[in-house]
Amino acid sequence: MSAIGVTEGSSQPALREAGVVPEFKDPHSTPKKKRRADRKGYAGTNNTNTWKHAFKTDWRLYTLLILPLLFLLIFRYLPMAGNVIAFRRFRPGSSIFGDEWVGMHYIEMFIQDPTFWRVFWNTIILGVLTLAICFPLPIVLALMFNELRSNKFKRIAQSISYLPHFMSIVIVAGMVLQLTSVNGTINQLISSLGGESMPFMQLPEWFRTIYVTSEVWQTVGWGTILYLAALTTIDPQLYEAARIDGANRWKQMWHVTIPGITPTMIVLLILNVGTFMAVGFEKVLLLYNPLIYETADIIATYVYRVGITSSNFSYAAAIGLFEALIGLVLILSANGIARKLGGNSLW
Amino acid sequence: MVTIPAEPGTKIEKDPRIGSRPTQTIKIKDSRSYTAFRAFNGIAIIVICAVTLYPFLNIVAQSFSSEGYINAGQVNLIPRGFNVTTFEVVMSDSMFWRNYANTVVYTVVATAIAMVLTTCFAYALSKRHLKGRSFFIGLAVFTMFFNGGLIPNYVLINAMGFTNTIWAIVLPNAISVFNLLVMKAFFENFSQELEEAAEIDGLTTYGILWRIVIPLSKAVMATMILFYAVSFWNAWFQAFLYLDRRELYPVTVYLRNLLAGATGTEQMGGAAGEGTQIASNVQSVTMLLTTLPIICLYPFLQKYFVRGIMLGSVKA
Repeated sequence: MSAIGVTEGSSQPALREAGVVPEFKDPHSTPKKKRRADRKGYAGTNNTNTWKHAFKTDWRLYTLLILPLLFLLIFRYLPMAGNVIAFRRFRPGSSIFGDEWVGMHYIEMFIQDPTFWRVFWNTIILGVLTLAICFPLPIVLALMFNELRSNKFKRIAQSISYLPHFMSIVIVAGMVLQLTSVNGTINQLISSLGGESMPFMQLPEWFRTIYVTSEVWQTVGWGTILYLAALTTIDPQLYEAARIDGANRWKQMWHVTIPGITPTMIVLLILNVGTFMAVGFEKVLLLYNPLIYETADIIATYVYRVGITSSNFSYAAAIGLFEALIGLVLILSANGIARKLGGNSLW
Repeated sequence: MVTIPAEPGTKIEKDPRIGSRPTQTIKIKDSRSYTAFRAFNGIAIIVICAVTLYPFLNIVAQSFSSEGYINAGQVNLIPRGFNVTTFEVVMSDSMFWRNYANTVVYTVVATAIAMVLTTCFAYALSKRHLKGRSFFIGLAVFTMFFNGGLIPNYVLINAMGFTNTIWAIVLPNAISVFNLLVMKAFFENFSQELEEAAEIDGLTTYGILWRIVIPLSKAVMATMILFYAVSFWNAWFQAFLYLDRRELYPVTVYLRNLLAGATGTEQMGGAAGEGTQIASNVQSVTMLLTTLPIICLYPFLQKYFVRGIMLGSVKA
């Protein structure tokens, strides 16, 4: 990776002078006709496929890459490398890669930390619940939309269902807090039915329900879009053939519609499985409070408190790295399974 | 990235095939159970829409209600004790307007930076002959599945001295890989003949991008601008993490602190209620005002977002 990463940097005149990156001439110094010939001409010969040749013809395209690659390097890959502080002692003020090696010290620390295991299981439970409920519902809703005959009604309903997707997570959290507050709508309903009103956000046993419900509210409408797109690509002749074979609407849905959207379902399932450890950190951070840590505290929020609030950077980084690695393994294995099963995979 | 067996599905709603579902070509009477299902389905969708809209309407109702009715748990859809004093209170807070202005500035600057980086990146990556192309794409896509995590990012931003500056907000999320792939897919379908003609006329790569490709890609550019602008408008965590001076906050952090009951009382005066608990009508008004631009632009936003998602769903 690094070898290409360096060579690519036509931005680095020092390297070029040192002979690492080949010198190239301004293509404008060669006649235009020849340049065009260079680009297309001799595909069979072996000198068109060198970096030297590539820089010569496409140096302007490579200059367009400089800033974006710098961005990726600094804001994406540098923090990845910064994870070494999980194995090194880090003090505020030291280099971003820490001071000295401490080996597996922080790893052992979190393995022996009961709070870590509590937040670990909370994360898994919340992730599985979200996946199990928020993944199938958009499919159902898309099929329901698909059965509507009035296009106008369909359009309006879709527009309404997409709306929560555009709201800031802070607004969503605000709504949740208000609806579940002692004088909020849910408690109004409960007391009108003769029940006792409850301070939901102080009761650990309610957090998961509230979280998943709000997640459904926020994502289900928007989640239908890809399914609706897939539905429009199903060949109408298939429905006609099914009717001729005597299939009623249910059978048409089961044997034509569902198989038609299966590839989309698989891809979205992979994406969802891959990201299920990353349960809405920001949302939990906005919603939870110490009274409900028992069920609401997840790995990401624990990392936040340990690292940012208490400044145990190395320890928090170790936990964060662990979580990120699980996520990576999950998405790789989900993708592998999908590829084996049906040939539909992300890459 | 996401595979869908579709042509670039930009015009889903106008697809002629939709109108010709079998029901319209071959008239067969629906079975009774199917008619019953359709009725149930229509009602269910109305209920779903009502539930989706309810929290918004509740906030509007609370915004115009007096505190007493809210605390008594009597406000749901219709304002009780109608008044606009809460609006006056929130809007007279200079910190609210300052934070609102910050949000506007952050959104504009961040979107501009993001657009420049994403456009350059996507255009270069859309050239199939570019050597190293798949490596660069892989470099970007990998970051979708694995990232450095909170702590190393925090340490890095601090080490770069971005704390309490606009850069902590506008730089770290400048390229969204999803948007990048959408744009790349669009540029890949751009007319090769046109670009070649422009090249013969003496335009360089920069000229082609700036004078030919971008002006002819207004739809996708608008989509991307909206994608970025909405996400930056709604963002709060970066600001929450890296800014600790109140006058630098975006309005989302202002709202977050209001919800957490951490600030507000001193500027809000008596209207905010006694103690640290901020009155729900003040919260509601702030939520309403924060999200107002998005609600106003919504019909427009929705159209472009749907189109963008469709573009993005075509295998990149």
